[in-house]
Amino acid sequence: MAINESLAWLEARPFAVAIAESGWLFPGIEVVHVIALTLVVGSIAMLDLRLLGVSRKDHGVLELASQTLPWTWGAFAVALISGALLFSSAATTYAENIPFRVKLVLIALAGINMLVFHVTAYRTAHRWNHQLPTPLAARIAGTLSLTFWVGVVFFGRWIGFV
Amino acid sequence: MSVMQTLSDAIAQTDGSIAIATAEWVIPTVQSIHILAIAVVMSATAMINLRLAGFVGSESSVRQLADRSLPWLWWSLPVLLATGVVMIIGEPARELTNAYFWSKMAMVLLAIVLTILLQRLLDDCPYREMAPAKRRVTRAISLLSLALWLAIIFCGRWIAYS
Repeated sequence: MAINESLAWLEARPFAVAIAESGWLFPGIEVVHVIALTLVVGSIAMLDLRLLGVSRKDHGVLELASQTLPWTWGAFAVALISGALLFSSAATTYAENIPFRVKLVLIALAGINMLVFHVTAYRTAHRWNHQLPTPLAARIAGTLSLTFWVGVVFFGRWIGFV
Repeated sequence: MSVMQTLSDAIAQTDGSIAIATAEWVIPTVQSIHILAIAVVMSATAMINLRLAGFVGSESSVRQLADRSLPWLWWSLPVLLATGVVMIIGEPARELTNAYFWSKMAMVLLAIVLTILLQRLLDDCPYREMAPAKRRVTRAISLLSLALWLAIIFCGRWIAYS
């Protein structure tokens, strides 16, 4: 199958072999991945909790979003690159790993949730920037986002235990 | 036999340790909660540093931002302690006889002391009214605590590989 061949090809790349064979490359990249993901999840949670009206109530949603989102995206890029490198070191094995598959699905769901929020409730955010409680659509988006990202951390940790 | 080896052998024989080690879901679950709490600590520390460095919005004062962020950091610490204790009880030798674990504990204590200092400095006098020398001290303390949390994550992950 084409996918299996591509995975085997990826795993045979010199950089992937180097990561798999080195004693410190995999853990080193993993440390970068963990640092990046703590910043991704933490910064997203700040905005989610604000959308739920739980924290930072004196802070406008738009101001908080403009402060955190560039750093969320920067950290996400680092997490994606480091994650791809970790994946390459044993691509065929990870592709079969159930928690890894669930994690990818959850990241996709988090992305869809964010897109839906951005084209709906967030468009009118200037009208409810300081309003509490926040609109139902914003609270739903915040709840889903928190749920998906907590799930990403859980299933991500589980990858190494199966 | 070292004291720590004797201690971890003793812990390993307790019912609690055996129960944690036998139930396969406990360690990954507790580690996931531990990572989520680290995400809160990291993003709170990062936000304060970004604000002090002038990278994020100046519409709120440093004090306001610290007042919003630091309670989250403080509440994460008991979660980190509780989940950390479960990991020690479940796998005592992995932690207690590991030099990275003890380095991590020393850095956690130092990071807590620095955070208390930072909070005192910001409570005493608004950042914008501080003398330049005091500002530099405040920024240095904040930056050092961020560096410590990064090193703590490094050691935490490295415990698994040493």
